[in-house]
Amino acid sequence: MKRTSPDVLPAEGGHGDHPLLAVDNLHVEFRTRAGVVRAVNGVSYTVNPGETLAVLGESGSGKSVTAQAIMGILDMPPAVIPKGEIRFRGTDLLKLSEEARTQVRGQRIAMIFQDALSALNPVFTVGWQISEMFRVHRGMSKSDGMKKAVELMDRVRIPAARQRVNDYPHQFSGGMRQRIMIAMSIALDPEVLIADEPTTALDVTVQAQIMELLADLQRESQMGLILITHDLGVVADVADKIAVMYAGRIVENAPVHDIYRAPAHPYTKGLLESIPRVDLKGQDLYAIKGLPPNLLELPTGCAFHPRCPYRQDNCVTDSPPLYQISGWRGSACHYWREVLDGEQ
Amino acid sequence: MASSDRILEVRDLVKHFPLNQGILFKRQIGAIKAVDGVSFDLHRGETLGIVGESGCGKSTLAKVLMALERPTSGSVKINGRDIGRAKGAELKRMRRNIQMVMQDPYTSLNPRMTVGDIVGEPYEIHTEVAPKGDRRKKVQDLLEVVGLNPDHINRYPHQFSGGQRQRIGIARGLALQPEIIVCDEPVSALDVSIQAQVINLLERLQNEFHLAYIFIAHDLSVVRHISDRVGVMYLGKFVELGKDTEIYDKPAHPYTQALLSAVPVPDPEGREQRERIILQGDPPSPANPPSGCRFRTRCWKAQEICAEEEPLLQIRPGTGHESACHFAETHDVVHIG
Ligand SMILES: Nc1ncnc2c1ncn2[C@@H]1O[C@H](COP(=O)(O)OP(=O)(O)OP(=O)(O)O)[C@@H](O)[C@H]1O
Ligand SMILES: Nc1ncnc2c1ncn2[C@@H]1O[C@H](COP(=O)(O)OP(=O)(O)OP(=O)(O)O)[C@@H](O)[C@H]1O
Ligand code: SF4
Ligand code: SF4
Ligand SMILES: [Mg+2]
Ligand SMILES: [Mg+2]
Repeated sequence: MKRTSPDVLPAEGGHGDHPLLAVDNLHVEFRTRAGVVRAVNGVSYTVNPGETLAVLGESGSGKSVTAQAIMGILDMPPAVIPKGEIRFRGTDLLKLSEEARTQVRGQRIAMIFQDALSALNPVFTVGWQISEMFRVHRGMSKSDGMKKAVELMDRVRIPAARQRVNDYPHQFSGGMRQRIMIAMSIALDPEVLIADEPTTALDVTVQAQIMELLADLQRESQMGLILITHDLGVVADVADKIAVMYAGRIVENAPVHDIYRAPAHPYTKGLLESIPRVDLKGQDLYAIKGLPPNLLELPTGCAFHPRCPYRQDNCVTDSPPLYQISGWRGSACHYWREVLDGEQ
Repeated sequence: MASSDRILEVRDLVKHFPLNQGILFKRQIGAIKAVDGVSFDLHRGETLGIVGESGCGKSTLAKVLMALERPTSGSVKINGRDIGRAKGAELKRMRRNIQMVMQDPYTSLNPRMTVGDIVGEPYEIHTEVAPKGDRRKKVQDLLEVVGLNPDHINRYPHQFSGGQRQRIGIARGLALQPEIIVCDEPVSALDVSIQAQVINLLERLQNEFHLAYIFIAHDLSVVRHISDRVGVMYLGKFVELGKDTEIYDKPAHPYTQALLSAVPVPDPEGREQRERIILQGDPPSPANPPSGCRFRTRCWKAQEICAEEEPLLQIRPGTGHESACHFAETHDVVHIG
């Protein structure tokens, strides 16, 4: 496929030694009237072709903001990126001109948004919205764009696509709207797809269809997938590796099997233990105690310390680095050994 | 259970939305049969879970129960009184008694109101519950109870993440301490750590005040944890209704079996081997449901009779609970956590 990209942009296929996408020590702040909201405080993760990275984490931990930074769609101001790099095949996207960024956004890195209904424009037909991708980015004619739209709607398995291409978003169910969002996001064969809670509002049968669809698309095109979710079931089902976020940081990263077998951070451990289990019916669920952190005033030391059952004195003062446990595995906890051994 | 235990009685409830054509001269060409003949009882202190696919009518059922929508036919009785016939002060009292936690954290909160105003708004209508001077404290307690920082009382919804906004809605539903709370996907947008807190909280409040819940959710393991009974809905009807153990361990309806098998198991071991019934396509339009059994267009067991005769919700041979399938047969699909 031909792409008209300025030479600063890495070619498709890229250089062998660079990950497809690497977020490196990313910081994002919102300068609001109430103060500085430190939404992302040094996030690093990588995705390779064909790989699925699941980003799990507390609500408000900066999963979506990180994704928006990758896409280059943060409103700046109030958002500021004081530090960090987002390298796409080795090139730091944050250093590119807006024009060069536009070449990447939606074409080579695409995103499915958390809220499909509000992400689709209610006054245009879905066919028009999908075909717009081809008109704007590929210079296609209206009728060719519409043909492509029907093809894509077929590909995401919308029944009777040809008849439904001129329908408006509200005429589709939640699951079908989500599939239309997926159709738009894969229209230009992106190399990286960020799916922000793509199935949160959907029922399990539709969720199963959509996850299967994403897996198929990924197999076909070796697309790297960043799946943002809080569903530990979905993660266990599809992820190759996991990054767990808390208060704007990665607190644990690991291959999927390791983390479920033996978590190395107290927050991850708490998450896994709070899944409802049949044998615990009638009892209280295990719940991580306390409140999510106030990003305007992050706790000193380890941000998890006010809620942590493993806390020691130094946790209040010393912020834990992401300790390297083994190959692709890290934990931002001073006491990861104890957590890993299940001691408490 | 004694009939006095019945706090809610729903009989043959139907809600159709007219389907119009034409812009200037509207002409009714049909109806969306969102809820199409639903009957059940809810007992004091009990939780009835409701599961089913997107668009099957769960939220519409919730709204009719809340008297936010008028039923097309059928009745809803709270403590023996028909809410469809109540007026004035009686309706107001009945409404206070049944509260709702909404599904969509993005649109159900007024963006121009502070969190304090949103959570405290029910007190404006029901001034007797909290005198003006107490309100701020009450609202802050509620915020704390749902895991929000009470100091954020003056913030606006857009300053919170999706999950945080859902908690605001829950605090609001709890404000009037009703006897029945209809929870429409109350924890779907929350991460697991907070889900557990909220579910524990809902259970604690239930024990303390003998609350009854209608709990709509698509997370089947959460529904199992909290529910005493579970109703499975498909295209405006209950297809199966029974105790939690009956539905989860001995599902008798093919749709319930497909639903349970689609639940992702939170354990990556052996994920390649797991068997799934992946239903093809979407449910048919509720404007034009299939004849006979509504599930037949996606059912792998369908026979001729399924198109001809509607299977009623009743106890079937070999099963101990109600299901609406001519060929009901219990089958332990998967053990979900
Ligand atoms: N425009 C903004 N102004 C101020 N704060 C913001 C803004 N946008 C996001 N935030 C804050 O940044 C933090 C991270 O938000 P983000 O949306 O990334 O969370 P998330 O991890 O995606 O959570 P969820 O799971 O609830 O979607 C949140 O605490 C949020 O309140
Ligand atoms: N005000 C309305 N006018 C017309 N049709 C409506 C209206 N409200 C709901 N419907 C239709 O009624 C059906 C049932 O909708 P409802 O919102 O009750 O489904 P649900 O089970 O809550 O789905 P979800 O899981 O997606 O929330 C749908 O087909 C919907 O499009
Ligand atoms: S560093 Fe200390 S407070 Fe933080 S997670 Fe580890 S034990 Fe808990
Ligand atoms: S009645 Fe027939 S179509 Fe309906 S669920 Fe049973 S077997 Fe399937
Ligand atoms: Mg988010
Ligand atoms: Mg609903």
